[in-house]
Amino acid sequence: MVRLEKAVVARGTAKMLGPVDLELGHGGLTVLMGPNGAGKTTLLKLLHGLERPRSGRVTWDGIAPSEQAFVFQTPVLLRRSVRDNLLLPLRLRGLPGDGAELAQSLGLSSLLDTHAPRLSGGEAQRLALARALITEPRVLFLDEPAANLDVPTVKVMEATIRERADQGTRVLLSTHSASQARRLADEILWVENGAVHGPFTPDDFFDRPSEVIQAFLEIQT
Amino acid sequence: MAPWFLDLVEITFRSLIVSVSAVILASALGIPLGAWLAVTRFRARRAIVAVLNALMGLPPVVVGLVLYLLLSRAGPFGVLDLLFTTWAMILAQIIIVLPLVASLAHQVVRDLWAQYRDLLLSLGATRGQRTMILIWDARRSLLTAMLAGFGRAIGEVGAILIVGGNIDHLTRVLTTAITLEVSKGNLAFAVSLGLVLISISLVTSIALHMLTRAERSRPW
Repeated sequence: MVRLEKAVVARGTAKMLGPVDLELGHGGLTVLMGPNGAGKTTLLKLLHGLERPRSGRVTWDGIAPSEQAFVFQTPVLLRRSVRDNLLLPLRLRGLPGDGAELAQSLGLSSLLDTHAPRLSGGEAQRLALARALITEPRVLFLDEPAANLDVPTVKVMEATIRERADQGTRVLLSTHSASQARRLADEILWVENGAVHGPFTPDDFFDRPSEVIQAFLEIQT
Repeated sequence: MAPWFLDLVEITFRSLIVSVSAVILASALGIPLGAWLAVTRFRARRAIVAVLNALMGLPPVVVGLVLYLLLSRAGPFGVLDLLFTTWAMILAQIIIVLPLVASLAHQVVRDLWAQYRDLLLSLGATRGQRTMILIWDARRSLLTAMLAGFGRAIGEVGAILIVGGNIDHLTRVLTTAITLEVSKGNLAFAVSLGLVLISISLVTSIALHMLTRAERSRPW
């Protein structure tokens, strides 16, 4: 589905990521794990095209950027109503739809006329997820979508993400949470100091971790 | 009704027409220019922004002088016969206000673009769509920029005195009338004109303050 060949992301003289060689196939849910500043967000943005490689290549096989969607760690909401934010991807492409079903499934129906910047953190992140899903993307990127959210919100979001993955959407999700990775992952990538290791099966990752991963998991528990 | 009062109303009305027209036209050019500079990257962008910032401090008298030379009969645009008309005064104020509005619009939209950039690029918004979204979402701050431009225009005297000529019942506005009445020793009428000008400036400042508060407290 997507192939990275010796891809490097750098800002000025600082290398943020790479060189990365990686190939990801169609279907499933890949979780990116690693410490803060390891390069998880940069890898997701590189795959989505929000970062350009300084060197190397990113090649998508048959999936256009318009078939991808991204949920940012800090939800980016326009200074408009929840409805306007939800329908933004459709309006930009001139597509019909009212998003009612999606709003209901993510508990946003009663908030549609609310000014979006007034939403709580959990509501804002649910809106960001709903907006990402409204065009039914083939690939969904989620950058720590459940960070700092309460348990009920995390449950709703995880259920929605898992459901979409089971329906065939290719999901790439970064998280700090080992427990979330256990619940969701079909495969895991370990990102550390700009290097990407894996993919690992969840069993290999959690039951036979390397020393570095073991140390990370111990801090988690 | 006393003749002086009718004069006061006429002069005030003309002042508002000239300055409001100048601000609307300067904003119609300056806001898209500022927004475009905020979302586009090209080699001369920084230089253009620097020039705009520098032009914010342009001395109005110099603007008036240059415009006078351009619009006078011997000048390149003399054939348009605009000198000593309200059109020349509006043109002068556009030149004075445009850099201010464009520069403020650039700052406002640039800050919003920093917030929206990844989202709008991720959604595949075209450059035109991005610009429209940014202008709409920054509308309150942009209106504040327009009011700041109006504040500068309504109190300006140097340029419009030169290109307007301060002609009675034709190009006389509040600031040029005050200058004339003071030179004639007619201080009572000059003070009346000054009070009207101060009232307009105060209303503009209060509107600016209320807009800033509204920006923080509730959406519209």
